Amino acid sequence: MRNGQHSRQLTYAEALREGIDVAMARDARVYVMGLGVPDPIGVFGTTRGLLEKYGGQRVFDMPVAENAMSGVALGSALVGMRPVMTHMRLEFAMPAIDQICNQAAKWHYMFGGRSRVPMTVRMIVGRGWGQGPQHSQSLHAWFSHIPGLKVVAPATAHDAKGLMIASIEDDNPVVFIEHRWLYNLHGPVPEGHYTVPLGSSRVVRAGRDVTIVASSYATLDAIKAASLLAACGVEAEVIDLRTLAPRDDAPVLESVRKTGRLVVADQGSASCGYAGDVVAKVVEVAFDALRAPPQRVTLPDVPTPTTRALANFYYPTPAHIAAAARRLLGMAPAVDPFEAVDPADKTLDVPDKSFTGPF
Amino acid sequence: MDCPRGAGLVGLSGAAVQDDAFHAEAVTASASRLRALEPELRRELFAGLLRVRLVEDRIRKLYPEGDMRCPTHLSLGQEAVAVGLCAALDGEDRLISAHRSHAHYIARGGSIPAMFAELYGKSEGCASGKGGSMHLIDLAVNFLGCVPIVGSTIPIGVGAAFGARLQGKAGVTVIFFGDGAVETGVFHESVNFASVHRLPVIFVCENNLYSVNTPLAPRQPAWRSIVDLARGHGIIASQHDGQMVEAVYQVAAATVASVRAGQGPALLEFMTYRWAEHCGPLGDLHLGYRSQQEFDGWVARCPVALQRAVLSSAGLLSEQREAQMLAALEAEIDAAVAAARTAPFPARDALFAGVYA
Repeated sequence: MRNGQHSRQLTYAEALREGIDVAMARDARVYVMGLGVPDPIGVFGTTRGLLEKYGGQRVFDMPVAENAMSGVALGSALVGMRPVMTHMRLEFAMPAIDQICNQAAKWHYMFGGRSRVPMTVRMIVGRGWGQGPQHSQSLHAWFSHIPGLKVVAPATAHDAKGLMIASIEDDNPVVFIEHRWLYNLHGPVPEGHYTVPLGSSRVVRAGRDVTIVASSYATLDAIKAASLLAACGVEAEVIDLRTLAPRDDAPVLESVRKTGRLVVADQGSASCGYAGDVVAKVVEVAFDALRAPPQRVTLPDVPTPTTRALANFYYPTPAHIAAAARRLLGMAPAVDPFEAVDPADKTLDVPDKSFTGPF
Repeated sequence: MDCPRGAGLVGLSGAAVQDDAFHAEAVTASASRLRALEPELRRELFAGLLRVRLVEDRIRKLYPEGDMRCPTHLSLGQEAVAVGLCAALDGEDRLISAHRSHAHYIARGGSIPAMFAELYGKSEGCASGKGGSMHLIDLAVNFLGCVPIVGSTIPIGVGAAFGARLQGKAGVTVIFFGDGAVETGVFHESVNFASVHRLPVIFVCENNLYSVNTPLAPRQPAWRSIVDLARGHGIIASQHDGQMVEAVYQVAAATVASVRAGQGPALLEFMTYRWAEHCGPLGDLHLGYRSQQEFDGWVARCPVALQRAVLSSAGLLSEQREAQMLAALEAEIDAAVAAARTAPFPARDALFAGVYA
């Protein structure tokens, strides 16, 4: 509980932990495995205490063998278990692409619906403090490209818990993308069991002038951008996709039909990326509603640099999203917000302490 | 590729080629029981071989018509491993296989009509036409599936054993794969995990000497056996001839008993040989990657002919009895093929059904 809030507040990390806890308490078939899951740190706190509560049969460590262990999770799901697998960095799941994309994603379809693969694969996206090229990638677009996978990327503590429970209870393989910089944000989280349905977007902030679509950490940036825009009289509507596959496009299309302007903010890279897919959908379905060319605000098509002197120019800021929106409204000169960035600035290299929630 | 009656037993001992210390006692004991197999079981093993052989012979004959439109990897020549192994299993046991899976599916008792329907791409197929030859499944007999990504089903089989243990379910899990699969990283990861948890898994490696058309020499060091790999992970392992079904059965039965009793996972390597081309119904000696002499040597050790000779010499099989078995099997296959051919294709909306459960 934090002071000044009427409803119970949890951090994103606490909400994830509670979601797993609730799912485990309700269903003995749920188990949690992954490197470091039972250790005292407990995957940044998201699995802390579960070992003590549920025992080593349901909460356990594994060999450094992500590919086989993903297959083990799949195989156990075929005989009735509901595994939750955790990768402390998304990149650690990349040796398991065969099991996730060739096997888990297709198992139900390619066997004519005779088997199900209820498994949740948590992948944590890193950022800052020199995470560099192999500890920072958000490859949600990859997984969203594979039919048969569900992909979720919650931005709030409420959705982290509700989507975690929904993912574990779902009968399909779910890739659960968690951005490390969201872990300490807090927000209202109901006690006990509830779910956020997979495939439901949410209008986070209503507005009439421009639609900003985002997910995961980019949602936080989008909300900050909306505040910047409000200060100059622009009312942005912010939509948090929450689930990337299957995606709930209806609120996005409805919003663009109202605003006529679209900015998509995404924590992945640009080419063949997730933001481009959202733009494509809107252009295909609601072209007549568009009053200006849709804008993408993404990472550039380069690997993540380690030094903050470069990373400070790699990650777009809320100012970039606001600038894109202003461009659509014909309001802004073409100024690059990076012009104002100090390469040595340490505050850009860590989560923004001036905002810890709630949304 | 028909097997001549009366093919001899030249060069075959039927005993294990290479035994593990842990395993030697069980294998020796099983060898001593070789002659003690019940006559009915010995005939059933022969019937099992015939069943696989006739189904695949039918596929071989029909495939060139062009109506079975899926990559098809025939088990011709390798039947004894599947039949001997499956005869040693109980209904509660689980199986999973790879791309060359027909023999495993049939030997386990997978539905023949559903298999033919699957090969013809029909909705009555065992995977509703969405899988084909490389994705056979029959959960009624705990045949969990098969896939053509080499090595991929090894961890899934281990996971099935692990998940079953977590739920207190009985049964051993048999994972079929070929010699190429032991070259994948996931094989080692999987055996390591099975060893750590002493899971009730039998890794069955059918070593047919080739991965597609590539022999073992450029793929694996001659001074290190596949059995060595498994032992390196701390599980019991042994290499055996894979052509004599009764010998396969004996070693399988002993291994199943050991694994079922909680002695930990085991790997069985069976030396065998594929007759047809890697994928498809034809021969491939014209390609030149394997010799006529090598081929002839293995065909002379045809599993069907070997078991026929064993039974005949023991007075357990007459020509008349075999003719009856053949007629019954051919009739069953005729019916399955006819039904599959006339069965409807999946309706158009099936395309979008079942992406998600």
